[in-house]
Amino acid sequence: MANKVIYAVYDDPEVLKGAARKLVTAGYTVRDVFSPFPVHGLDPIIGIKRTRLGIAAFMFGITGTSLALLGMYYMMIYDWPMNIGGKPNDFFYQNIPAFIPVTFEFTILCACHGMAITYLIRNKTLPGMPARNPDPRSTDDKFIIELRTEDNHGRSAEDITGLLRGTPVFEINERQC
Amino acid sequence: MNFTFSKRARTLCTGILVLGLVLAAVGIINDHTDHHQNTWAALFINGFFFFGISLGALFFFALQNATETSWSVMVKRVYEGIFSYLPIGAAVVVVVLAAGSMGIHHVWSWMDPAVITEGSDTYDAVVEHKMPFLNMPFFWFRVLGMYLPTFLFGAYWFRKQSLALDGMTGEALVKHHLLVYRRSALFLVLFAVLSSVMAWDWIMSIDVHWFSTLFGWYVFAGMWVGSMICAVVLVMYLKSKGYLPQVNNSHIHDMGKWVFAVSFLWTYLYFSQFMLYWYSNIPEEVIYFKDRIDNHTWLMWGMFFVNFVVPMVLLMSRDAKRNPRLLIGVGTVIFIGHWLDLCQMVLPGALGDHFHHIGLLEIGLFLTFLGVFMLRVLTTLTKAPLTPVNHPYLEESVHHHI
Repeated sequence: MANKVIYAVYDDPEVLKGAARKLVTAGYTVRDVFSPFPVHGLDPIIGIKRTRLGIAAFMFGITGTSLALLGMYYMMIYDWPMNIGGKPNDFFYQNIPAFIPVTFEFTILCACHGMAITYLIRNKTLPGMPARNPDPRSTDDKFIIELRTEDNHGRSAEDITGLLRGTPVFEINERQC
Repeated sequence: MNFTFSKRARTLCTGILVLGLVLAAVGIINDHTDHHQNTWAALFINGFFFFGISLGALFFFALQNATETSWSVMVKRVYEGIFSYLPIGAAVVVVVLAAGSMGIHHVWSWMDPAVITEGSDTYDAVVEHKMPFLNMPFFWFRVLGMYLPTFLFGAYWFRKQSLALDGMTGEALVKHHLLVYRRSALFLVLFAVLSSVMAWDWIMSIDVHWFSTLFGWYVFAGMWVGSMICAVVLVMYLKSKGYLPQVNNSHIHDMGKWVFAVSFLWTYLYFSQFMLYWYSNIPEEVIYFKDRIDNHTWLMWGMFFVNFVVPMVLLMSRDAKRNPRLLIGVGTVIFIGHWLDLCQMVLPGALGDHFHHIGLLEIGLFLTFLGVFMLRVLTTLTKAPLTPVNHPYLEESVHHHI
């Protein structure tokens, strides 16, 4: 039996949330949801794990801090000790207040850029990447639930559409994978 | 549901107060500085510390109104409780300032007329140059005519309106809410100017030769952290006693974020002030830090470490901000950290060479005022329903979820 993908289109985020909850309660697995804006409170319903972007941001930030301090240590203390305004330059710790602003900025630079780029790659939305949403209306005013028969073993496409018809759905599209 | 101040809690607060008084009494007997300078300085530190905490809560309350923030509506009574201490704190500060003006002590050396009398032993041309601003009539006009009326009236008015909102519904509720919203914005403007100038007047002028335009914000950030900690600890306490049932993890998380964020604000301001003076190394500016680094190294770097590194490392993750034990633990540590910060602002200037370490006197008076503060705040909490009865954003706050 060929695998099928079903798109249930809704025109209201709250209605969509109710439908998703109904599907999950009945034991179905929702593959994904496409919406024009983030729908608050949807993630736990369809079982999306909490984002690890914060951890990634921390790692990028720490990398920035280390690189900045290491770079300034090499340039200002080790390789060619700089005498700026008579500030002590024999040891790193004596001069550290002067290095803090740069370290601070570089930490933020690395954390922000790293986080933004990770986010875009993880979502496959880097500039130029092909759009993955099944229906252009999901960037306008429609909210779409995607279900696949391969995720729902033992349930046919008819079972799924049958259940979807019990919700205030706007339209249902079915495609072969 | 109203909060009941249990007998046990009341005994505990009174116990802290009495213990503090005993320690302070021992400290006062052992205070051999001229004019009991150390006692007055310690009284000022602890008077101002708790005054600042309630002022920070008042500012935050106005900020929540002016930004029409919904999540904090659930816990607004807690902020009202904290700023109800304002009159007591103000009274203590005024007593110390008045004693200084009458020459009973010399915490503020510029208050002594001899300093600006040409020919006297202690004549100081720099201070005389500052006379247009630092003179008795103008100083007291600022204290009694500007800072205190604005803050005290603000505290009184906001509390009154908040209670009035409880009895309103529909159109009247929204109209009244918008009035509070507009007044809050006005209050924030006044607060921005007055809190900064107040810090120059009351704390920066102790080291009368030194000046820093950033000083007011630094003092303000320090007291703001204190109020955020007090609020989150109070909410946790009330929750553990079964009050505020609708306050959920998301509210706690947001309050934790404020502790974290304001700690960073404080660090940012403190370091900005320090680094520019350290870097430029101009004698009349850097003396303030040189004295503290050379003679009070541990106090200065220790409080900086506690107030910056502890919240940064321990409160960074989302789970930490939702963990009551960790929040209370970190909160307590940085609460004491900001008290040490105030000590290192006041004592080196007020006592000069006589300041060696923080002793029984400071700690005793800290406990005394902590007791008074807790008694006052918890008593205020009993006087109105802990969860606001009516507020335009109440429903939204109940369903707060992040």
